[in-house]
Amino acid sequence: MRVNLSVKIGKLNLKNPVILCSGTFSEELKYFLDFKKIGALVTKTITLKPNLGNPPPRTCETPSGLLNSIGLENPGLDLFLKRDLVKFLKWGVPIIVSITSIDEPEELFILAKELAKIKELKTIEVNLSCPNLRIKKLISQDKDATYNVVKKLRKISSQTLIVKLSPNVTDISEIALAAEKAGADSVSLINTVSAMAVDIQTRKPMLSTVTGGLSGPAIKPIALRAVWQVYQRVKIPIIGMGGIMDAKDAIEFILCGATAVGIGTANFVNPKASLEIIEGIKGYLEANRFKDIKELIGTLKV
Amino acid sequence: MSEINSKFQIPNSRVVENKKIKNKYFKMVIFCPPIAKYALPGQFVSIKIVDNYQPLLRRPFSIHRVQGKNIEILYEVIGKGTEILSRRKTDESIDVIGPLGNGFFYQEIISKFQIPILVSGGIGVAPFVFLAEELFQNSKFKIQNKPLVLLGAKTKNELLCEKDFKRLGCKVEVSTDDGSYGFKGKVTDLLKYLLSTINSQISTIYACGPGPMLKEVIDISKSYSIPTEVSLEGHMACGIGVCLGCVVNTKTGYKRVCKDGPVFKAEELVW
Repeated sequence: MRVNLSVKIGKLNLKNPVILCSGTFSEELKYFLDFKKIGALVTKTITLKPNLGNPPPRTCETPSGLLNSIGLENPGLDLFLKRDLVKFLKWGVPIIVSITSIDEPEELFILAKELAKIKELKTIEVNLSCPNLRIKKLISQDKDATYNVVKKLRKISSQTLIVKLSPNVTDISEIALAAEKAGADSVSLINTVSAMAVDIQTRKPMLSTVTGGLSGPAIKPIALRAVWQVYQRVKIPIIGMGGIMDAKDAIEFILCGATAVGIGTANFVNPKASLEIIEGIKGYLEANRFKDIKELIGTLKV
Repeated sequence: MSEINSKFQIPNSRVVENKKIKNKYFKMVIFCPPIAKYALPGQFVSIKIVDNYQPLLRRPFSIHRVQGKNIEILYEVIGKGTEILSRRKTDESIDVIGPLGNGFFYQEIISKFQIPILVSGGIGVAPFVFLAEELFQNSKFKIQNKPLVLLGAKTKNELLCEKDFKRLGCKVEVSTDDGSYGFKGKVTDLLKYLLSTINSQISTIYACGPGPMLKEVIDISKSYSIPTEVSLEGHMACGIGVCLGCVVNTKTGYKRVCKDGPVFKAEELVW
């Protein structure tokens, strides 16, 4: 039996619902994966100007989790376009460029304007939720700020616009709703969970920035809850992510309302995880006699 | 490098032998022909210790030796991951990725009448048996180039690989913190002493061990203007260059220990 795995996010057609998350995909994975088989690749978030990122130590393992504070190390727009994007766009897989601003949201609008000029690029993800910046409040922690930024981005760009949300809020569905009202085509959730770890021998924090963002299996229940809550409130497709390690995890997100799923930390543990997840989803659909993955989305029996 | 990297893969590897050497130190022999074929001294492998997520991340290990289709890793049990690894049994399959990173830049350096010095602290000795073996196999390498190996350990009971280096024909000097064997003191003090007395010309100092030791080695070698390469450790999440987690500061900005290293030229580093 042939099953249809294709899904649509805004104007973007994905041959299957598996996406590699921002910050966990780079060219090095090509030694393990045929990118053509993946639904889409999200690039490491770029900023307008080159950004050094945070000092080491930047990562620490916690029970079933990975704590990180990379701090958006990236080459900046110009070098990214010249050196990276040109190459990525030739790989025959949808590329989603992740963007953010560090100080002024104005930078975000300039980035969106520049990316809108690139015809081959169909989709951008706006990362309003990186927890590792030295700013007091994230845009995605305020529904009005989210609305205003997304509204302005919508005017600038006709590309498919995905808004990445933070779990570090009281009610994530309100923020998702604000993004939808402002014209977002999709929301992706969750970014990492604000967290920290301590070394009692040195009596120091494990990360140079003291706090960081937690990912991995430890946060999957939080992510599932967030996807489920958002699914109750918005109509735009949700890209679900947070601790997905295998096909079973991915299917849980789809049942909770995710149209597509993001694979992140799993790429570090098993660089071939995404391919195994695509095969696993297909196997589950066949075994349960679904012809189309869309029949499964949000069908959690509650 | 690109050609080798394009060949790395996850082969169906298995444990050939996993045994305690002494104290907390173990040696694992792993059957994995593709890694054995392409590995270079100073490169490492990344091992998934268990099938579950406790621990979650892979662990990096220097390639200690290559023997035919097998590779060997030498490791110290220091935490949960290595403790579980020490209990893995012969014939079990094991998930290994490699060879990863850039190794020592030894081929360009060997010339007549120069000797390389290998300085290790504790488990930092792991990559040096492989390096010493390769040095002896290098066609330009002459018997006069016999490496000088400095092994630092806390006590005599924690000293590793002395016999391996002697068997190869290296000159070996030992330091122990408590003076239970060899020179009493730090391996960097031993290095200082030897450099002040040695007549040979030194081609390169290779060092691997704890961060503070490496910094001292770099300071010492700088005062003698000897080219130096150090193999670093980093908090790696992916081990393959994706996550930007294990960076070290260099003159040209942050570099990844896993992909741009783990071996760096001393003059590159900004510590």
